Amino acid sequence: MKNLIFKSNYLKSLILLSIYKAKSGHPGGCLSCSDFLLFLFEREMNLKINDFKKWDRNHFILSKGHCAPTLYAIGYFKKFLSLKSLLNLRKINSVTQGHTDLRTLNWVGANTGSLGQGLSVATGIALGLKIKKSNKKVFVMVGDGEMQEGQVWESLMFSSHHKLDNLIIILDYNKIQSDDFNKNIMNFEPLKKKLSSFGMNVQEIDGHKINQIKNSLLRIKKNNKPNFIISNTIKGKGVSFMENKPQWHGSVKITVEQIKKALSELNNYDSLKKYL
Amino acid sequence: MKKKIIDIAKSHSTLRNQFGLSITRLAKKNKKIVVLDADVAGGTGLHHFRQSFPDRFFQCGIAEQNMISMAGGLASLGFIPIVTTFSVFMLRGLEQARLSIAYNNVNVKLIASHPGLDVGPDGGSAQCLEDLAIFRSLPNLKVISPADPNEMNSAVNEIIKYKGPVYMRTGRSEIQTIFHKNYKFKIGKGKIIKGGNDLSIIACGVMVERALLASKYLEKEGIKARVVNMSTIKPIDKDLIIKCARETKKFIIAEDHNKFGGLGSAVSEVTSEFSPIPIKYVCVKDKFGMSGEPKELAKKFNIDYKTIFKIAKKFKF
Repeated sequence: MKNLIFKSNYLKSLILLSIYKAKSGHPGGCLSCSDFLLFLFEREMNLKINDFKKWDRNHFILSKGHCAPTLYAIGYFKKFLSLKSLLNLRKINSVTQGHTDLRTLNWVGANTGSLGQGLSVATGIALGLKIKKSNKKVFVMVGDGEMQEGQVWESLMFSSHHKLDNLIIILDYNKIQSDDFNKNIMNFEPLKKKLSSFGMNVQEIDGHKINQIKNSLLRIKKNNKPNFIISNTIKGKGVSFMENKPQWHGSVKITVEQIKKALSELNNYDSLKKYL
Repeated sequence: MKKKIIDIAKSHSTLRNQFGLSITRLAKKNKKIVVLDADVAGGTGLHHFRQSFPDRFFQCGIAEQNMISMAGGLASLGFIPIVTTFSVFMLRGLEQARLSIAYNNVNVKLIASHPGLDVGPDGGSAQCLEDLAIFRSLPNLKVISPADPNEMNSAVNEIIKYKGPVYMRTGRSEIQTIFHKNYKFKIGKGKIIKGGNDLSIIACGVMVERALLASKYLEKEGIKARVVNMSTIKPIDKDLIIKCARETKKFIIAEDHNKFGGLGSAVSEVTSEFSPIPIKYVCVKDKFGMSGEPKELAKKFNIDYKTIFKIAKKFKF
């Protein structure tokens, strides 16, 4: 656990460093989803780079694809990606495209950048695993703004109707979308009730508490219903001037003063200043 | 759970019915084939598949966006998903076809029944006159429109052999058999199906039969029209177009589609660059359709064989 807590700050630092160097990106959502994804990749899914060539394995899709830097930074931890590639984010000819792109990286699960599609792709994979009688799981992370897409509800209907209990949907619920708070843009509450009525096993957790993340994954049921974890998070988590501020959704440019302050708050300024 | 089989595609001489029969036959050997339907299997001919392979037939409900993206996920596990709905509803999942299928070239077949004025009485909202243009503009996607049941049968074999994304039109109305049962369709290849050197009529889908009929009447007037079945709209058969342009020097391009972006545009893009010649277009002239029988509509919107005949005679020979 201590190791994960240390890694959590290091992960956040690398995410911000890559976005700083890209001169654009979405830091707020990248930070909010980072703790859940770190646990998922480090402790739950157990994937190695060669696994991505085969179908019979656990799958992950980041449907909120604008948070690709989080996935890339975890990919660096898992040795799927070099530090050089990570810090080449959003640059021409880079493998680390602005949104996850299967043309350049085979381990990112889906092409994203159009909200709602990643969840459907994950649903298709979950269906395929059922057809092939595999007991592997499909994890997919969606964003809160994404819940406004009609396609999301189409796919929830499908996974519920076809009893895809191998599908685990995680909502990174930081309450803020591109322009403003969800409730000011288009309210979708009461979400828990809506999801239950759509036939999901719904859990609600604090998405920054490792124990709660761990327990939520232990409580995944195999009862013919898809699993939905509402992971309550803080946009911009870990950096005081970014937390809970819609303007840090992005796409934003991080200034040199801001990155120095952010890395200092995350206790990684000394180790990473050489890359600035 | 038993499902009631609604057989709307009653006639065995429709392209949609032939598609259903051919894919069901192939699926006996090819276990990778699965079908996704949006509550229209009775109309797309896929009721044949549902009957034979209920475990490989997945009802997605009337929710095309999810259906089309899901196909991308299934393909990533090695399945060959056959996505079926009416062509106008394929447009609803255009962006899904773009990002979840065409973008990284996955092996999904989008099979669109009910294209063009050929839809008939359902009316303008259902008559998709834009699909060839729209899907032709997506990189990686092959765009196909066979002309008769025998060509359809061969096309089904070929698109399953081909590992990559395809958009293919079938067709709603009854259609004459034009070709021998051994007719061979090849992706990217057109075929001269009637000789002649005075002009070429280049057509796809239901317009091929009309082109042949027009050429018969033209022959009586001493005009020898070559007829080309251009069943792949993308990639277009550049070599054949240049050859026909050089040999016949005049084209009529005939399609059950809007003027912009379809077969007419695809052929003209080749001639204008490599062999500019006079071209006349038999197609829907930037309009939406309306209710009526396909034959009545063809006459009203000037895409019947008589229009091809009349327009051919306007050329100076």
